[in-house]
Amino acid sequence: MNRHVDPREALSDGDGIAMGEVLLDVRNVSLRFGGVKAISDISFDIRKGEIRAIIGPNGAGKTSMLNVINGFYTPQEGSIVFRGKERQKIAPYEAAASGIARTFQNVALFKGMSTLDNIMAGRTLAMHRNFFWQLLYYGPALREEIANRRKVEEIIDFLEIQHIRKTPVGRLPYGLQKRVELGRALAAEPSLLLLDEPMAGMNLEEKEDMSRFILDVNAQFGTTIALIEHDMGVVMDISDRVVVLDYGRKIGDGTPDEVKSSQDVIDAYLGVSH
Amino acid sequence: MLYQIFIDPFVQMVDMPDFLLQVIWEGFVAGVLYALIALGFVLIFKASGVFNFAQGIMVVFAGLTLVGLHEAGVPAYLALVLAIGVMAVLAIAVERFVMRPLVNQPDIILLMSTIGMTYFLIGLGEFVFGGEPKKMITQELGLPTGSTEIEIGERGLVILQHIDIAAAVIAIIMVSALALFFNKTRIGRALRAVADDHQAAQSVGISLNQIWAIVWFAAGIVALATGIMWGARSDVSFALEIVALKALPVLILGGFTSIPGAIVGGLIIGIGEKIGEIYWGPLVGGGIESWLAYMIALVFLLFRPQGLFGERIIERV
Amino acid sequence: MFYREAGQFKTSYAADQQVFPILQDRIGVAVILGIAVFVVPFVANDFFLSAIAIPFLILALATIGLNVLTGYAGQLSLGTGGFMGVGAYACYKLTTIFPDVSIVVHILLSGFAAAAVGMVFGMPSLRIKGLYLAVTTLAAQFFLEWCFIRIPWLYNYNASGAIEVPGREVFGTMVTGASAGSVPRYFTVLAIVILLTVLVKNLLRGRIGRQWMMIRDMDIAAELMGVRPLYAKLSAFAVSSYLCGVAGAMFVFFYLGAAEPSAFSITLSFQVLFMAILGGLGSLVGCFFGAAFIWALPIILRAGPPMIGIPIAAETAFHVTSMIVGALIVTFLILEPHGLARLWQIGKEKLRVWPFPYA
Repeated sequence: MNRHVDPREALSDGDGIAMGEVLLDVRNVSLRFGGVKAISDISFDIRKGEIRAIIGPNGAGKTSMLNVINGFYTPQEGSIVFRGKERQKIAPYEAAASGIARTFQNVALFKGMSTLDNIMAGRTLAMHRNFFWQLLYYGPALREEIANRRKVEEIIDFLEIQHIRKTPVGRLPYGLQKRVELGRALAAEPSLLLLDEPMAGMNLEEKEDMSRFILDVNAQFGTTIALIEHDMGVVMDISDRVVVLDYGRKIGDGTPDEVKSSQDVIDAYLGVSH
Repeated sequence: MLYQIFIDPFVQMVDMPDFLLQVIWEGFVAGVLYALIALGFVLIFKASGVFNFAQGIMVVFAGLTLVGLHEAGVPAYLALVLAIGVMAVLAIAVERFVMRPLVNQPDIILLMSTIGMTYFLIGLGEFVFGGEPKKMITQELGLPTGSTEIEIGERGLVILQHIDIAAAVIAIIMVSALALFFNKTRIGRALRAVADDHQAAQSVGISLNQIWAIVWFAAGIVALATGIMWGARSDVSFALEIVALKALPVLILGGFTSIPGAIVGGLIIGIGEKIGEIYWGPLVGGGIESWLAYMIALVFLLFRPQGLFGERIIERV
Repeated sequence: MFYREAGQFKTSYAADQQVFPILQDRIGVAVILGIAVFVVPFVANDFFLSAIAIPFLILALATIGLNVLTGYAGQLSLGTGGFMGVGAYACYKLTTIFPDVSIVVHILLSGFAAAAVGMVFGMPSLRIKGLYLAVTTLAAQFFLEWCFIRIPWLYNYNASGAIEVPGREVFGTMVTGASAGSVPRYFTVLAIVILLTVLVKNLLRGRIGRQWMMIRDMDIAAELMGVRPLYAKLSAFAVSSYLCGVAGAMFVFFYLGAAEPSAFSITLSFQVLFMAILGGLGSLVGCFFGAAFIWALPIILRAGPPMIGIPIAAETAFHVTSMIVGALIVTFLILEPHGLARLWQIGKEKLRVWPFPYA
């Protein structure tokens, strides 16, 4: 399963999966750290083209779930089927090459680089010119650099961050950093985009902006999105289906309305009297 | 060739057990000294997360101060007290002018600042005391000299220098004292709190500045003791600074935050490199002592990056 | 007033991605290069060229090498001296085995030996990070030093244990050995340093340089963006050691003339590290600032005080240099962690908005 995925093949959208069919299938995944069970026997799927929310109280295993999906953690049991290929163990860069991109709970931008370079970093897999062309920075290497720059500028326009193009990201306010991070993930043109609390710590206006970008990405590029979010209003508004985790177990799965009325979910969020 | 690498050294060991014991003892003593330097590193690393590259030069500097004061006509014990005073001043200065302005900087910046400190102290030490090696005032301080010969078997003989035994004893005393200090006193508790989380410690009223000054002072005293012991075995000279770098592989073996780890790591490195040098060194021309410790650490790192006593780190994003 | 980019509009991405997008910068660089090529060698005396300009250029290249690894890829190395030594010994072996091939070719080739050794010692960086890695580079440093002493093949079994640089010609002019003049040596060094600096700049602003910086800033995120840590880290080690190796070869062939193993001790590693820190980690121009500063300081300290009537012993000057450099390192880390290069940049920004204090 440790084979190298050809990035060119991966980046094309010709995966033969129609809209609405299963893109990613999580099958009976369990993850332990020493004696602590972070995830126990969770199964759910993500369909192509949908916005899928993963919710749950703190420590429910949501971020661990994302880490399993993009290969940062290796589950002890279970497997993951992505675009029809089953795997148990995958290196993070291979997951990236197979078309999974993500953002992080605590912004994980490249602090020493500008906005432009950060988003260019997202194009890593789209650039192939070898070392010797890179040394010359001329001809094919320069053309490739400029072609990718053009793509990046499209994303910059899309996210309305033209004015901070050359600002080092460390100097940007939090809300903009989150936006740049989204841009970096989009630059990879992923078929599955994982967003870990994209709206954490934002004010209402910023949340509205971010929700708009997420919906636009989904509608314009047809990108499948899985997101973790604590703001129930946002989750219920923008997601197509919701999976609910609690203490590493799955306690709910369905449309926002179904989940809202599920007794298990209400208990987990409000607590039960014993 | 294979015979020479895998069999011959062991045959030699069995043939001359007294010589083997002597080698192990030499390694043990060197190991104690490595452990003492490593102890200074651990103290500072535990309390501030700073990897103190300057510990080696602090050893030299403390030793030079002691000897230098004595040469200037100060009685030995008074010189010892004054040397402790100098280490206290140094600790306060380091806290005030290096640590405090650099709080919350990345590890690598802090490490490089201690490399800068190393060069400053080398320049200062040579400026004040001159670059010549000096003799440690072993007798004046009342430390034992001479040696004991222990017979083993019929004609075997192991020679133990008294100063080496004293070094081991002093090391044991210092380690126990530090362990007590860390676990049983109020300052020790504050120290551990700072080690865990700077901001949380500050929020319950612990003064970071005070704690850091204390830790650097403690490391300074450890450095002084190391300087005396090492100086008694050879000379007090700046060459020691390079040797002191061997505390790094020691720490890798023992883990950066473990006091027992520093001791065990020190002994493994000390004994390992002596045995390696004596029995395997001749095969490649000798002198492998200069890098063997690092190679041991390197190989070790590949298999157990967290050290013997460190906890496994789970990365989070 | 003169340093202003108003009116300089970019109409293509290619123009926007130039190394020096501002016209005044381009003029400035052209002037500096012009002085280096047409003025310095004809005005400066032999002492300035041999004892200041040549070692400055060579050490600047070594600093660039270290900066690629530490400043750009974020992997601290204390083994620079050892890698420079590999280049020097490789070049010595090459030129004694193939005396007819141009020495410039040998110098450029000898970097590859250093790159190979650098990659071997870079392997552990895949599993260990930061301070731990510093220990493995120390292992490289001490092991390589040992090799230079204990493997007589490396110095052709000389009784002295040192390498003596033989005389070699480029275009019919002696450039190495005792009879080589300082001007030809200066030009050879200058050409190699400029060539390699340009190539490294190209690497840094392209895909590979970006991958190094990604690893430096946030290795986990980099991997999740598709960077293969193996390639990124080992390529940084290879390029870094290549540059250090070439610098080491030039250090012996164009500056020292002969070298004992102690020439490549850990002291040299630290000297280059200080040049990188003072100049500015992650800056190419900083490498030249740092190298100039650290190399010139002891010379100025030795020559300066006597000029204003204060006698100073050579030894004292040496000790004071050590103290000043140490104190400056700490000061810079506190006040301006990005070094002289950042000060230079701030100066330029101030100039741009002059006469107003803020932009």
